[in-house]
Amino acid sequence: MTVATDRQTTPPSAAHPSGDKRFKVLDATMKRNQFNQDALIEILHKAQEIFGYLEEDVLLYVARGLKLPLSRVFGVATFYHLFSLKPSGKHTCVVCLGTACYVKGAGNLLKTLDQEIHLQPGETTEDGQMSLVTARCIGACGIAPAVVYDGKVLGKQTDDAVLTAIQPWLGNTEV
Amino acid sequence: MDIKELREIAAKSREKQAKIRIRCCSAAGCLSSEGEAVKKNLTTAIAEAGLGDKVEVCGVGCMKFCGRGPLVAVDDRNQLYEFVTPGQVGDIVKKLQEPDGIPETGLISGDPHHPFYALQRNIVLENSGQIDPESIDEYIALGGYEQLYKAIYEMTPEKVITEMNKSGLRGRGGGGYPTGLKWATVAKMPGQQKYVICNADEGDPGAFMDRSVLESDPHRILEGMAIAAYAVGANHGYIYVRAEYPLAIQRLQKAIQQAKRYGLMGTQIFDSPIDFKVEIRVGAGAFVCGEETALIASVEGKRGTPRPRPPYPAQSGLWASPTLINNVETYANVVPIIREGGDWYGAIGTEKSKGTKVFALTGKVENAGLIEVPMGTTVRQVVQEMGGGVPDGGQVKAVQTGGPSGGCIPADKLDTPIEYDTLLALGTMMGSGGMIVMDETTNMVDVAQFYMDFCKSESCGKCIPCRAGTVQLYDLLTRFLEGEATQEDLIKLENLCHMVKETSLCGLGMSAPNPVISTLRYFRHEYEELLKA
Repeated sequence: MTVATDRQTTPPSAAHPSGDKRFKVLDATMKRNQFNQDALIEILHKAQEIFGYLEEDVLLYVARGLKLPLSRVFGVATFYHLFSLKPSGKHTCVVCLGTACYVKGAGNLLKTLDQEIHLQPGETTEDGQMSLVTARCIGACGIAPAVVYDGKVLGKQTDDAVLTAIQPWLGNTEV
Repeated sequence: MDIKELREIAAKSREKQAKIRIRCCSAAGCLSSEGEAVKKNLTTAIAEAGLGDKVEVCGVGCMKFCGRGPLVAVDDRNQLYEFVTPGQVGDIVKKLQEPDGIPETGLISGDPHHPFYALQRNIVLENSGQIDPESIDEYIALGGYEQLYKAIYEMTPEKVITEMNKSGLRGRGGGGYPTGLKWATVAKMPGQQKYVICNADEGDPGAFMDRSVLESDPHRILEGMAIAAYAVGANHGYIYVRAEYPLAIQRLQKAIQQAKRYGLMGTQIFDSPIDFKVEIRVGAGAFVCGEETALIASVEGKRGTPRPRPPYPAQSGLWASPTLINNVETYANVVPIIREGGDWYGAIGTEKSKGTKVFALTGKVENAGLIEVPMGTTVRQVVQEMGGGVPDGGQVKAVQTGGPSGGCIPADKLDTPIEYDTLLALGTMMGSGGMIVMDETTNMVDVAQFYMDFCKSESCGKCIPCRAGTVQLYDLLTRFLEGEATQEDLIKLENLCHMVKETSLCGLGMSAPNPVISTLRYFRHEYEELLKA
């Protein structure tokens, strides 16, 4: 039987030509999922965690690793909201736009941010310090409106509270 | 693991709990208002006061009154504290040592007999806020995994399904399809390989019931799924959770590991020939993945687009095998139904809607939080008595249920009992259980536009009515809000709503116009007032 030798060719490249060590971590993740094509979403989650966003090179690498057409990988990466194909800022401010947050003024928080620091949802400050994103309900409706600062959820946010919380991230770009 | 060992674990765990328990809410809501620091400080303070052998500080699941968190309960004297700050733990410990000694502290005592609690009937949430969700022993102490044992050793799969049928339980994800019937369909399908899936992709904005159940009592879901798997003949399960719920994912993972270690999951459960393996699949942010065929595509690692039904997943689902998909809350109801019997469950609620329903009560309401009420409770009881109405003497204008797929209940219909069919008659739906109170300051056209914005960006794009229709509806609503709309636009808006509803491929598109239709039905004057003179 030659099945075993066929199997050995699974990882197409031992390391990425760039020598970037992060690809090794990605390799390990694919291996843990036994290069299963149906684990694509899991692997993209991990890739985004490692690289911060899904650059083209990463998508290509995953496509080759899982033996999937690039169109399929690209299709999945663009379909889901949590995957980002653009680099995001060093810090992230997520304003929850669930209905409870909305009726309690989350929309106004976004307006304030636009007026005060000229940032709209999906944008990153010019110095790359902070990205502003919106979420479709993070399920913390009891403390609406909620804002997530670098993974930390704070409830009952006001205009002033948001501006104070993000102040340290803005550096000296704002006068 | 056999039943004797299980009961030994239960007895040991109960013995350990003989101390006075201080329960700290460790669900997402309270954790985001310094709940973690409260728990940590309490643990230290108890140790410093030398009370370690008498008092136990325990992080528990959701204690329901989310709007007043962090919540701390002291068990032996039925004392509940609200809005606890990390600095107040000293006072709690002092009160514990001398209950009557210190009259004035900044502690805010909650009332455990408040209508918010008193009118609840907890079946799904019976363990929530009582046990540490990260401890399988505490779950077992309350009789956990006994029903799985009972199902495997004392009941045939047919008998399990009979009990589910008797209970009259209907799917809690919103559609309300009879659960027993769904199980029976999958059980009847030929084939070796079958799957069970737990839909934990709670995407409705303004809903957090599933999140709370997963975070508070993960073993309950696992046990429910295992019983379902036994009944339909599946040996493999998936829990599809939203990536937005990291705490729920973490607790589920832990629960699966613990159950595996005890031999309650995996191969040869309770030393029987029954196997059941569970995996977690993390979503990546797509509302449409709540739709079962889209969810299946996503579990397979593809774009989460729905496909036409039939064939239904019960016939051809995951990897074309028969697949049972139920919502989190549906699985959470399985254990009590097996324990108490289908007839017991069927006696709760109303004729056509049995049992209880969990709602996430939020918005412009005094007491926001998680409530579980018997079906048939009126909306007014929930919003006014339990919820305490609108804060600062405001008036309820409408109650929105069912998320973007639902609609509004206007103030004059608040006496409607909560049932699948009565809500449908009002032009809204049960949905997964979000209940958002809106007051006089809420502009209904603005709310309709908010939902349409949601549906427009969540449409998967596969079918044209939904992809293009939601964009057109959104643009029309914008014209209203900008004062540009004419009478003709109003007619166009209505016609388009019905067109999108009738011609879309899946539930998302079919229900996307609902917020517009329902606000047009009850608040038409608000649209008319915005018309261009």
